[in-house]
Amino acid sequence: MNLASLRNKLGYQGALLALTVLITSAALAVASRATGPAIAAAEARDLQQSLSQVLPGTHDNDLLADTLTLPGPDGDLTVYRARREGKIEALVFQVVGNGYAGRIVCLMSVDRDGKILGVRVLKHAETPGLGDKIEPAKADWIHAFAGKFLGDPTPDKFAVKKDGGVFDQFAGATITPRAVVKAVKGGLEFYAREKGKLLDEPGE
Amino acid sequence: MTYARITKDGLWDNNVVFAQMLALCPLLAVTGTATNGLGMGLASTAVLVSSNVLIAALRNFISAEVRIPVYIVFIATLVTLVDMTLNAYAHDLYKVLGLFIALIVVNCAILGRAESFASKNAVLPAAVDGLMMGMGFTLALVLLGGVREILGSGTLFAQAHLLLGSSFAFLETTLIPNYKGYLLMILPPGGFLALGFLLAGKRVLDRRLAARAAAAAVPAAA
Repeated sequence: MNLASLRNKLGYQGALLALTVLITSAALAVASRATGPAIAAAEARDLQQSLSQVLPGTHDNDLLADTLTLPGPDGDLTVYRARREGKIEALVFQVVGNGYAGRIVCLMSVDRDGKILGVRVLKHAETPGLGDKIEPAKADWIHAFAGKFLGDPTPDKFAVKKDGGVFDQFAGATITPRAVVKAVKGGLEFYAREKGKLLDEPGE
Repeated sequence: MTYARITKDGLWDNNVVFAQMLALCPLLAVTGTATNGLGMGLASTAVLVSSNVLIAALRNFISAEVRIPVYIVFIATLVTLVDMTLNAYAHDLYKVLGLFIALIVVNCAILGRAESFASKNAVLPAAVDGLMMGMGFTLALVLLGGVREILGSGTLFAQAHLLLGSSFAFLETTLIPNYKGYLLMILPPGGFLALGFLLAGKRVLDRRLAARAAAAAVPAAA
């Protein structure tokens, strides 16, 4: 029996499909094992990089190993704790705003007194040229948060100028900065609410 | 079919984008900059060459009745391999292209070449066909990305170092300093507009070339 007539048999076709799937799955499993550690390392490096952007850089612990998960403004929130000689200096966590085009994921850090050290936007899909001024590469706007806390400005002033607050909006784009300001305010409220748990330092 | 013919087909006469009008979804999605276009083009070329080689090598074992699922499984596997490799070893580029790499699976140009060329030819011609079709696709991506980038942000090959390494940073040029940008060209409508003009441009060029060839042929025949 030659190959050409064998190819028309139903059993051969089934076996061919099965063999194809078996071999390709095996190839994928091998590749996944081979690239897994490199992918995990690259992702950890990414996270480390974004974390260090909102911190003054005086901590001496491994941020990725010192985390705490608490119920946050929307779902569980992972909080990274920056310590210096064992004492918590700052806390870093994600806050999410609802922008003009979907979620705006920001990373913010606060010190022990609840003062903002820095805010960075990690992910957004706002309009290029209008809403993307929330990126530090495009404008200085995001730096306006540094040093602010609930009290300066007062909670009712923690809004964009159009809403009677202290933060600038952009010409042609109010929804984007409003979403970021609201998310950051939510982050500060989260800190105020969970301060006890966040600063509860085991091992002291 | 000669290799010269395959080459000319892939790059110009039967270009994936400009003649076959295939793969327009990834084309329009990633061509905000020339660099993104180049990255997507190279990734697609890698998949195209390896899928063509694999399918040409196994063409005698693949039954006609089940060929499409077999091709799709092969292509999906190759794309996943490219996806994992980029994520692991070119992570910065992956952050830009990651979303679109998975889309190569449904890039009909790849299944199209498997069906119309690789399944009927030997390994070497199939590899050359994959390479040339891939280069033609890359050419279209870079051209469209370049046009949109120049008009939209006034730069060319911005962030090329993420793709090609820091030794290619010289490619990154700012053509129009202090350019405020032309938003439309970066957004999806700009992709459709630029593609339309490029397609029209190719037709005009083809017609000119045909007219010139005809004019040259007449005195020779007389």
